[in-house]
Amino acid sequence: MTAFLAFDILLAGLVLFVAIWTIAARESFGALVGFVAYGLLLTLIWVRLSAVDVAMTEAAIGSGVTGVLLLRAGARLREPQDTGARPGKAFRVFVALLCAVVSAGLAVVILTPTSPPPSLAADAAAHLASTGLKNPVNGVLMAYRAMDTFLETVVVLLALFGVWSLTPDRYWGGRPGQPPSTKPDDALVLLARLLPPVGIVIGVYIIWVGADAPGGKFQGATILAAMWILTMMAGLRDAPTISHRRLRSMLLIGPIVFVAVGVAGFWMAGNFLAYPDGLAKPIILVIEAALTLSIAVTLGLLVAGPPERAP
Amino acid sequence: MTASLTDPATIFGLVAAALVGIGLYGLILEPGTVRKLLAFNLLGGGVFLIFGVVAKRGAGAGFPGDPIPQALVITGIVVAFSATALAITLLERIAKEDAAEKEAPSAGKDVSP
Repeated sequence: MTAFLAFDILLAGLVLFVAIWTIAARESFGALVGFVAYGLLLTLIWVRLSAVDVAMTEAAIGSGVTGVLLLRAGARLREPQDTGARPGKAFRVFVALLCAVVSAGLAVVILTPTSPPPSLAADAAAHLASTGLKNPVNGVLMAYRAMDTFLETVVVLLALFGVWSLTPDRYWGGRPGQPPSTKPDDALVLLARLLPPVGIVIGVYIIWVGADAPGGKFQGATILAAMWILTMMAGLRDAPTISHRRLRSMLLIGPIVFVAVGVAGFWMAGNFLAYPDGLAKPIILVIEAALTLSIAVTLGLLVAGPPERAP
Repeated sequence: MTASLTDPATIFGLVAAALVGIGLYGLILEPGTVRKLLAFNLLGGGVFLIFGVVAKRGAGAGFPGDPIPQALVITGIVVAFSATALAITLLERIAKEDAAEKEAPSAGKDVSP
């Protein structure tokens, strides 16, 4: 027990240190690295809070893919060291006090919990059997709150449309990023050949096992996307042109299958996104398979950025 | 009722409260745009952790935590990533426009009447 307490306190101290470092670091690059470390430490906290599904998402998306994205930005956004007038000391102290008040308010809420604590765990457990899933978090994502998950996949797609809409006219329909280097980095190429076969198996496994144990389509799809990003970074495969028809249908298949099942729910089970009795599990598997493909491709393209080469 | 100070939910709840404050401070005072974006994500991490604390305290029915806040956080993390990706692309575009304007200072003035 004391060992766990010591670990918790150490973890708490580390994450606060890294957070302050991210704000206070002199160099932007240092701040970026600090942020990736922050994401990994948060992952450990999620495990300590018994939220393994969230921990996997945080490690894969919050820290991993966001990290790659931030490094892309860090390489291009050389911010001027001195951007005009810095706020005066009195103002900074004033802001620090206000932020401390916000933190103190939240701390009071944390320290005075209601009894019994609010919880929907019993309700979630009561109907889980009818979804055919054993992982309650996935039950919430795919059955009880399927509407949230559907809108989420649309948001991810809208973000990609936003990124693409920033393409200069002359590159529209072209390929993101730089062309594959003629002098590839040997170590990276070796990694990009060795890792994807393993990574793809692990990604698919995490999606499959998500029905009964921690895991799921977002975590698995992120690993699949990471394998694709790796082969693009190593130059083994060039980025696709964004006007490619097959690419676009892969982006759309997940949300389309999801909304089709949702509308079919009106006459099969009486409501939008309702599943008929006994068929919930197979329907959820079909939605997840289509969503996995769409999410993986969308994440990969979000990291690749807007087109920078003519088609 | 007061919370036990040695409970992980309490310890990390206090960390979450502090992270929100740290992120907010950076968001207001950092002059650089990328740093503002990082601070915003720090703040978001703190908010998600508070959900985690609520989930942990709501453990029941044989689950180690209330699955509903946990599922909401998973959705939140994915949406936060999408917003960050869009924000970074916008920042890159702004930086490119700024650089172009610096090279040809008159170009920006042509549009004004």
